[in-house]
Amino acid sequence: MAPPLDQLKETPSQTAGPYVHIGCTPNFANIAGVYPADLGASMVNEKTLGDRIDIEGKIFDGTGTPLKDALVEIWQADNNGLYNSPAETRGDADPNFTGWGRQPTDLETGVYRFKTIKPGFVPFPDGRMQAPHISFWIVARGINLGLNTRMYFSDEETANAQDPILLRIEHQVRVETLIGRRKGDIFTFDIHLQGEGETIFFDI
Amino acid sequence: MDNEGPETGAFFARDRQWHPKALVPEYKTSILRSPQKAPISFSNTASEITGPAFGHDILGELDNDLIHNFAEPGKSALGQRIVVHGRILDENGRGVPGVLLEFWQANAGGRYRHKNEGYLAPLDPNFGGCGRTITDKTGYYVFRTVKPGAYPWPNGVNDWRPSHIHFSLFGSGFAQRLITQMYFENDPLIPLCPIVQTINNAAAIKQLVAQLDMANTIPMDARAYKFDIVLRGQRSTMFENKRQGN
Ligand SMILES: [Fe+3]
Repeated sequence: MAPPLDQLKETPSQTAGPYVHIGCTPNFANIAGVYPADLGASMVNEKTLGDRIDIEGKIFDGTGTPLKDALVEIWQADNNGLYNSPAETRGDADPNFTGWGRQPTDLETGVYRFKTIKPGFVPFPDGRMQAPHISFWIVARGINLGLNTRMYFSDEETANAQDPILLRIEHQVRVETLIGRRKGDIFTFDIHLQGEGETIFFDI
Repeated sequence: MDNEGPETGAFFARDRQWHPKALVPEYKTSILRSPQKAPISFSNTASEITGPAFGHDILGELDNDLIHNFAEPGKSALGQRIVVHGRILDENGRGVPGVLLEFWQANAGGRYRHKNEGYLAPLDPNFGGCGRTITDKTGYYVFRTVKPGAYPWPNGVNDWRPSHIHFSLFGSGFAQRLITQMYFENDPLIPLCPIVQTINNAAAIKQLVAQLDMANTIPMDARAYKFDIVLRGQRSTMFENKRQGN
């Protein structure tokens, strides 16, 4: 037998459970006075470049009931397609845009909502352009490993049709599940954990 | 290789045999919340490799002290005082600097401070249950808290969670995001817990069990528990794909 590679195993995931808000959005959980604000609550300021949009939606379980105890994080490029990250190698992103948001689903309605901007284009490793998109990560009670997906934009049909990731999806009928639908400045992006319209999740 | 500058290569593929499966019927809530179709794999792009940076400047003085960060001035949380510490490593064994750790837990009686929580154990007026810190240059972290109590939860008629602390970890890339739980050495509830047992591998479960660390115990104050966490490693950037045609 070959000697084992000198590599550690990633610590296994466990569900975020029903009280994820205590740790990640304590002000939302009415634990006041510990942190000045919940991290990721605000992504933009008055100087942020780009088209202002809202993204909102619900996360549905296998019976079509919205989750009211989930936590959603998003990560996206700025108006020019650059990430506000030390690992961004292509240039300096808009300093007035964090690119990262964290929001709970509403305890009564299950709606999540982000105030952000429409992202620019980010290249695929082979140099082709990806269509504008926002990366999503969803955790909740009953979800054993955080779920990764992406939202693309309904008003970017041409770019979507050439997107390297959307193109490789075998069942093209499912691409629909990744499209946020525009109405005014609001994009609606519902996520279905199961069922006929199950959202595409990614193993990244 | 050193720790200077951010890693910019793709993350190693996640071992989905090592992590819990999405559907584990014994954990009943997973039945309706588990995707049924296979996740679609693709190699990382900038969207997955990059992530926000969290600077030490966001931290308040008591953020890593759950005994005091919610307590009235001069008061402290009830319970067995402990220090939890360790290193955040990547799969290559290197310490990961700048990792945002957020933790949350029940109080010493097993009760959470949350609107949806109805367990009859009382709230501690001096315990909020949240804390956070950021790893130093070597990947080290430390916080102080009280040992959380075990609590019953609605799954089977008599399911109890072992004492545990929830951890959220944010490394350098969005694809490195991880939420997990830390358990305490020798807790007899560990093998009985359906959430622990969503992991079908004894060695992987062992990675979630903190060890009593008497060497780092603070005499006449707090016992110490050591808990190292491993985040996904990254490839070197040497042989990434180049533009089409190269
Ligand atoms: Fe818990």
